[in-house]
Amino acid sequence: MKFVDEFRDAAVIGKAVEEIRRLADPARHYRFMEVCGGHTHAIYRFGLKDLLPANIELVHGPGCPVCVLPMGRIDDGLAMATQEDVVFAAFGDMMRVPGTHGSPLEHKARGADVRIVYSPADALRLAENNPGRHVMFFAIGFETTAPSTALTLIRAKAKGIRNFSVFCNHVTIIPGIRAILDSPDMRIDAFLGPGHVSTVIGCRPYEWIARTERKPIVVSGFEPLDMLQSVLMLLRQLRNGEAKVENQYKRVVPWEGNRAALKAIAEVFELRNYFEWRGMGFISQSALRVRDSYAEWDAERRFSVPGIRVTDPKAAQCGEVLKGVLKPVQCKLFGNECTPERPVGALMVSSEGSCAAYYNYEHRKTLTNIAAPA
Amino acid sequence: MSTAAPRLRFRDAQIEMAHGAGGKASRRLVEGLIAPLLLSGTTELLGDAAHIIVSGTTIAITADSFVVKPLRFPGGSIGELAVNGTVNDLAVSGAKAEALVVTYVIEAGLPTETLEAEVRAMADAAARAGVAIVGGDTKVVEHGKADGLYITTAGIGRPIPGLSLSAKSVRAGDRVILSGPVGDHGITILLARGELDLEADLRSDTRAVLAFVEALAAAAASGLRWMRDPTRGGAATSLNELARDARLCIALQEDAIPVRDGVRGACELLGLDPLHIANEGQFLAVVSDEYAGRALDALRGAGCPEAAIIGTVREQPAGTVLGVTSYGGTRVIDMLVGDPLPRIC
Repeated sequence: MKFVDEFRDAAVIGKAVEEIRRLADPARHYRFMEVCGGHTHAIYRFGLKDLLPANIELVHGPGCPVCVLPMGRIDDGLAMATQEDVVFAAFGDMMRVPGTHGSPLEHKARGADVRIVYSPADALRLAENNPGRHVMFFAIGFETTAPSTALTLIRAKAKGIRNFSVFCNHVTIIPGIRAILDSPDMRIDAFLGPGHVSTVIGCRPYEWIARTERKPIVVSGFEPLDMLQSVLMLLRQLRNGEAKVENQYKRVVPWEGNRAALKAIAEVFELRNYFEWRGMGFISQSALRVRDSYAEWDAERRFSVPGIRVTDPKAAQCGEVLKGVLKPVQCKLFGNECTPERPVGALMVSSEGSCAAYYNYEHRKTLTNIAAPA
Repeated sequence: MSTAAPRLRFRDAQIEMAHGAGGKASRRLVEGLIAPLLLSGTTELLGDAAHIIVSGTTIAITADSFVVKPLRFPGGSIGELAVNGTVNDLAVSGAKAEALVVTYVIEAGLPTETLEAEVRAMADAAARAGVAIVGGDTKVVEHGKADGLYITTAGIGRPIPGLSLSAKSVRAGDRVILSGPVGDHGITILLARGELDLEADLRSDTRAVLAFVEALAAAAASGLRWMRDPTRGGAATSLNELARDARLCIALQEDAIPVRDGVRGACELLGLDPLHIANEGQFLAVVSDEYAGRALDALRGAGCPEAAIIGTVREQPAGTVLGVTSYGGTRVIDMLVGDPLPRIC
């Protein structure tokens, strides 16, 4: 399959691994944070940790949209879903995320009209096809998905579709990274920059990380070879004493980002003064809200939103895992009370959550030493 | 003398779609609630079909329900699935289907033409599989209470002589054989619903696998240990059940697993794993290393040209399925959790 197979080629990957081993200084320990949950998933899915030398530690970052959403927002969304004639539409990722009184799927089994959609445009189509009902799209995601929500709202307004609204939970990546760098218990040597977000925002917004924080950052693709190449580029920068923004994912990410997408975001959304992130608290200017000119399609203004604030279960350490302070297995609930089937925290639900990725692909491997493949 | 009530381990407060998806939740429902109350044996007996002795003769018996939406899809329809599914459950338990009975649950308002087409599809599929349909029942429910048509089939079969299949007979060093590409059925159904703006030239793989099973069994002789048709939950779920029951590790060579480009592409886009996608015309077999080559050749010659040896049984880590990539990374391949694709069969 084109654009996939060439990035999983054993011989080429072997060369990259060799080069990484040559460049990594055995006398030091490297902590690289992959910001994006898509990278976390790829690391485990492709078994990349097996290929890296032991002194390169990959630290999982906060870039999993479902994971950073506090439980209160899920409760708020579900409170709207239980109102009469409301269809709750969301991505599949959201469906098993626990709210205080169960996940969207559990609400569905109890009779709420909960639908999985693959894009906000699907949700809008649902509204057009069901004029007697109100379709509320539970929007999540970083700058990657915000443009498609924005374009959908622009279309809804243009077509005058009034039985549709968006519960906006879009967050922005830069304040999240800043919060991590400001966190006193965090020591990161360099970053693997998020590939998908960067297709929209480009590479410039990361320049302060290199300039002010003196940390190298390489925007990376998601195939095994992409990620190994990016690790290699970080090692080269560190060896040369450099700190700059590099773009490994040039086949997809333009340096300046996608102007049309950014324009759509600016047309529909504005920054919230502050927004709560799970486990990280309130971060200023870290999320988007619907502008006044689209108020009619803003679920937060159309419905009375309870504004529920819920603290995570005490024993769960989602926040620490989200910030990369703890590894998933270091959480007390991991693998016993909290599993992908019965998740306590969202990190165990989303395929991009580090706990789910670790549980699904990794943790039983460590029960016994595995010999090299036959 | 009274017997103690069986202990139930199923604690979920209500039934959800995931309990029907064939993965972990389904297994929990069956083993934690249904089997303790209905079956006196152990969970190990929960294969694709039960083999029982009636008046000194061993017969295989099984049943399966079909609730697929849409009723017709590229490569097949619900009627064809209903015959092939039960014939295949018998086949991979090591038995040749002899007779089926069929139950139709029909929603009022279903066009007669649609029903007739499905009955004809069943007759054709039964003729192809060499099995007689000998009886059944029909029920009609109010409009809106069922999705057009549900079909249940039950079948009995005669054991293929000389076969003794069990997870317990699997040994480290044995080979895992897959009859052909995985994921065709599940992805075809997903695309046939038209809810995604995706297109691919795919067809359901629904077919009776008995002829292939017989060819493989003849070539593998005493080396054939275990078989399963990986329907709901996909190959990953079947192999996890094997790993658990055999207390061994199944190590798959990821790039040896046949997957069509259309299935791979759809899975990459949707974040699904082809090993979790349902199949309706494939089966997995574990054959001793000694006979694996011969068994594979026989299978390929019998009409499964894409059959492949996809992995090896190892001692450790027991109870686990591993995927090994060509570049040396490994990952755990778990059972299906949740329900990515409801109502596929």
